[in-house]
Amino acid sequence: MALKQTPSQTVGPYFAYGLTPGQYGYPFRELVANNLVAADTEGARIRIEGCVYDGAGDKVPDAMIEIWQADAQGRYAHPADPRSSNSSFKGFGRFGTGTDPDNRFIFETIKPGSIDGAQAPHISVIVMMRGLLTHTFTRIYFSDEAEANQADPVLNSVEESRRPTLIATADGAVYRFDIHMQGDQETVFFDV
Amino acid sequence: MSLTPFKSRDFKSHPAFIHPAYTSTVLRGQTRPLVAIKPSLSELTGPVYGHDAVGELDHDLTKNSIVDGPPIGERIVVTGRVLDEDGRPQPDTLLEIWQANACGRYVHEADQHEAPLDGNFLGAGRCVTDADGRYRFYTIKPGAYPWPNHANAWRPNHIHFSLFGASFATRLVTQMYFPGDPLLDLDPIYKSSPPGYRELMVSQFSLDDTEEGFALGYNFDLILRGRNATPMEN
Repeated sequence: MALKQTPSQTVGPYFAYGLTPGQYGYPFRELVANNLVAADTEGARIRIEGCVYDGAGDKVPDAMIEIWQADAQGRYAHPADPRSSNSSFKGFGRFGTGTDPDNRFIFETIKPGSIDGAQAPHISVIVMMRGLLTHTFTRIYFSDEAEANQADPVLNSVEESRRPTLIATADGAVYRFDIHMQGDQETVFFDV
Repeated sequence: MSLTPFKSRDFKSHPAFIHPAYTSTVLRGQTRPLVAIKPSLSELTGPVYGHDAVGELDHDLTKNSIVDGPPIGERIVVTGRVLDEDGRPQPDTLLEIWQANACGRYVHEADQHEAPLDGNFLGAGRCVTDADGRYRFYTIKPGAYPWPNHANAWRPNHIHFSLFGASFATRLVTQMYFPGDPLLDLDPIYKSSPPGYRELMVSQFSLDDTEEGFALGYNFDLILRGRNATPMEN
């Protein structure tokens, strides 16, 4: 039986009380937040922050970013990862750009380990917003992992001039990762 | 454990990133070709939420925000199954929904539509599918509301749906519409998916799901990406 995939639609401007109610102060229990770290989480604490820019260079104040990542040893908290049962780190976060005065998304997390022995440490990202009918996928790599990045098969599949759009810039434990939907610096988006 | 990648996202079904009739897409849709990625653990895993993640009334929007009485509006049941393209039920999948109230007003500070709020209705809910991929929400039929996309623009009645499926790659955010709504033919968001696909977003009235003396039933199945036939080398 071949069914057709249900079409995607925009998350719209009013996702906040359904998907990020705690962040925006709505009276509904929050299931997913932007702090992925628990007291017993192993690994180096980092912060990731950035803005989403539209084609006019303006910051998008009603985007929602989701991140999915492995723990410090490169394990995903999912049954498809054979090592997953050892990990207490959930690895999923969500944040809207509507509450920070600078319209940043901000995640408190840990630096992931390298994945399956071949891929450099990275975080998977989904971008949604009003005006985006189908969500886009990208990845966050880390500027202080130059050697691993050079060997990463996904980075190497991207034309060299565009690779910097995928690499977050370290300033101590804070990594800056801006997302550009259009223009000269348009972020690389993947057909996942 | 072998990993079986998912079939591609079907861009015949999903809207283009830039769909000029929906004016906000013009500056917000990405423009360059997507870069193909060989699926790895990063794409074939995803967040897991079990039945313990949802509260007792999370699926019942007619009750989960009551302050001093039931919300105003037409009570409905929205139920259906989450399947993949091959018809396989998707169990233990988190669904999150949000919607306007019966007057077409969202409980959101950005919504300035001059229609009454309902202090007993938030319009947010969630549930997790059962072993057959089935979900069930109780809610109030949402109203239509104006939006500034073009002159005299109104969004058809709809409920926003967010779901995960088996992995990060199967993520879907969509909207459920109602049968027979005259606004559908005028709505650039609904029409951003082509004929033959957009109809998948329209729920069906169901007498079987209607609860006698209580609420009309609407059936809405959601179809996520299926698996490829061949597992990949791990």
